[in-house]
Amino acid sequence: MNAVVRRRHFANLVSRMLILAATLFVLAFLVWICGVLLYEGFSAFKPTLFTEMTPPPGESGGLANAIVGSLMLVGVAMLVSTPIGLLAGTYLNEYGKGTWLASVVRFVNDVLLAKPSILAGLFVYEIIVAPMGGFSGWAGSAALAIIAIPVVVRTTEDMMNLVPNSMREAAYALGASRSRVILSVSYRAARVGITTGVILAVARISGETAPLLFTSLNNQFWSTDMSHSIANLPVMIFQFAMNPYPDWQALAWAGALLITLTILVLSIISRVFLRSANSQH
Amino acid sequence: MTLVNNRTKAHAETAGEFQRPPRFLNGEAFNKTFKWLSIGAALFILMILGGFFVSLTIGAWPALKQFGIGFIWTSAWNPVTEKFGALPAIAGTLITSAIAIIIAVPLAFAIAVYITQLAPKWLRHPLGIAIELLAAIPSIIYGMWGLFYFAPMFADYVQGPIINLFENVPILSTIFQGPAIGIGMATAGIVLAIMILPFIASVMRDVIDTVPKRLKESGFAIGATDWEVTKAIIIPHCRTGLAGSIFLGLGRALGETMAVTFIIGNANRITASIFAPGNTIASTIANEFQEAYTEIHSSSLMALGLLLFIITFIVLAIARMMLNRIST
Repeated sequence: MNAVVRRRHFANLVSRMLILAATLFVLAFLVWICGVLLYEGFSAFKPTLFTEMTPPPGESGGLANAIVGSLMLVGVAMLVSTPIGLLAGTYLNEYGKGTWLASVVRFVNDVLLAKPSILAGLFVYEIIVAPMGGFSGWAGSAALAIIAIPVVVRTTEDMMNLVPNSMREAAYALGASRSRVILSVSYRAARVGITTGVILAVARISGETAPLLFTSLNNQFWSTDMSHSIANLPVMIFQFAMNPYPDWQALAWAGALLITLTILVLSIISRVFLRSANSQH
Repeated sequence: MTLVNNRTKAHAETAGEFQRPPRFLNGEAFNKTFKWLSIGAALFILMILGGFFVSLTIGAWPALKQFGIGFIWTSAWNPVTEKFGALPAIAGTLITSAIAIIIAVPLAFAIAVYITQLAPKWLRHPLGIAIELLAAIPSIIYGMWGLFYFAPMFADYVQGPIINLFENVPILSTIFQGPAIGIGMATAGIVLAIMILPFIASVMRDVIDTVPKRLKESGFAIGATDWEVTKAIIIPHCRTGLAGSIFLGLGRALGETMAVTFIIGNANRITASIFAPGNTIASTIANEFQEAYTEIHSSSLMALGLLLFIITFIVLAIARMMLNRIST
């Protein structure tokens, strides 16, 4: 081998080693984070998490009110954002396909998809919390909905795009109206993908903390009243983790583990769904 | 095979439906309503973005009126004397994001190259999924890990030695100055880097996947090594997309709230030392919003939010334009 070839192979070897080292280095960090989360979370994990309220300082307790509050906030947010996201996605892929307006909406939607979530909180604070004179569960759900809508729009459009046009044409040939084709053919054929989008949106908003700080805030007590501040896991984790009481910190870790596991399970489910949706076409 | 079967199945299903159509679904009125509903929903997306801007501007108006454009480069932030300026928060945001991007980009690129080019075939898919799942972990988890685990270690094993090492070096002693307390802008930047890494890496992986196989193979055919193909074919081909993913990561880092709020130390002053506590736009808002009792204070926080909105809009718009150029 001459010197040039040797040098090239040496450079290749060095780059390979550096790339491998970098990958391992990052994976080590991520394993560290996940390990900490699992260790701390499971040492604080107990069945009473699901039955007892969040405690005052120095006492033990559970997360029942925060879990229920989070479920309500996310549930209402999805009830609002699913139809809006679905319809907007429908516009992008059916009515508006190829138009100037659709490309603007698509672009704005992509920007919203990555916008800092704290801004959604400030926005909802200005339009709901301040005029209504107080923090409320409705406001929290509104902020979460604003974050969820772009996710639903994006997946709906992508998934409806996979539906072959020949199927739509077949329905038109039978004399179906446009809305009928969308409802009975496009939605039906893309339903797995659309469901995936909804699941992804749930995963996306379940761990959001910043927007809830300015909207639903938190509540130490049992509360299912959406017109007042309502307990929820993310803000509870934030407040308890920032406090020096060991009991509270343990609860924060347990809550963190709960949220992360939920999100991971949802992400994995959506992945399985997506795979079956893609194999259909 | 499955393709044909599924299509026939779907056809059969829809055909079955058509035998007994609920009549109103085919009516002209429903047809029109449905169309306008979906147009309305699409316009609603635009309204959200517009609403962000308008409502933040209205909220920020009292502060903008009182402090004027000078708000941006005033460094006082004092709720007691009611003097507010955005400079410390802007500086903190830019410094932490810069640290995050400098650390995250080369590592994310390495991971993306490893997953797409170097890893054994069986490992590529699981590794890609693992990276995507890590990108879905909520930022508050990164913040807690940073506060309870990373910061103490960083103080003992990194900050301390670095401070001692550069003690007598003129400029570096200022940059790496201060007690090794673990929390501060450098820590925030590093935790941010780790948080945005999986995100950037998975976008970069998608971008690198768009390189046509033919291009890479022609490289290998003339005897190029993996590294030479990466350097001379992949990087030039994906330049725009890679830049787009960096901007996307930057947009994420600029507005990240929870991971930063835990560990930045929450100090509204500007220092030359990156080990000193600081504040970002997002962490200032998160920390002070509920304690802002005067109108001018909460309005100043809204003005910070407006600034963040404008900065991230520009960054994300650039990112999108770059990524859209390659995707379709």
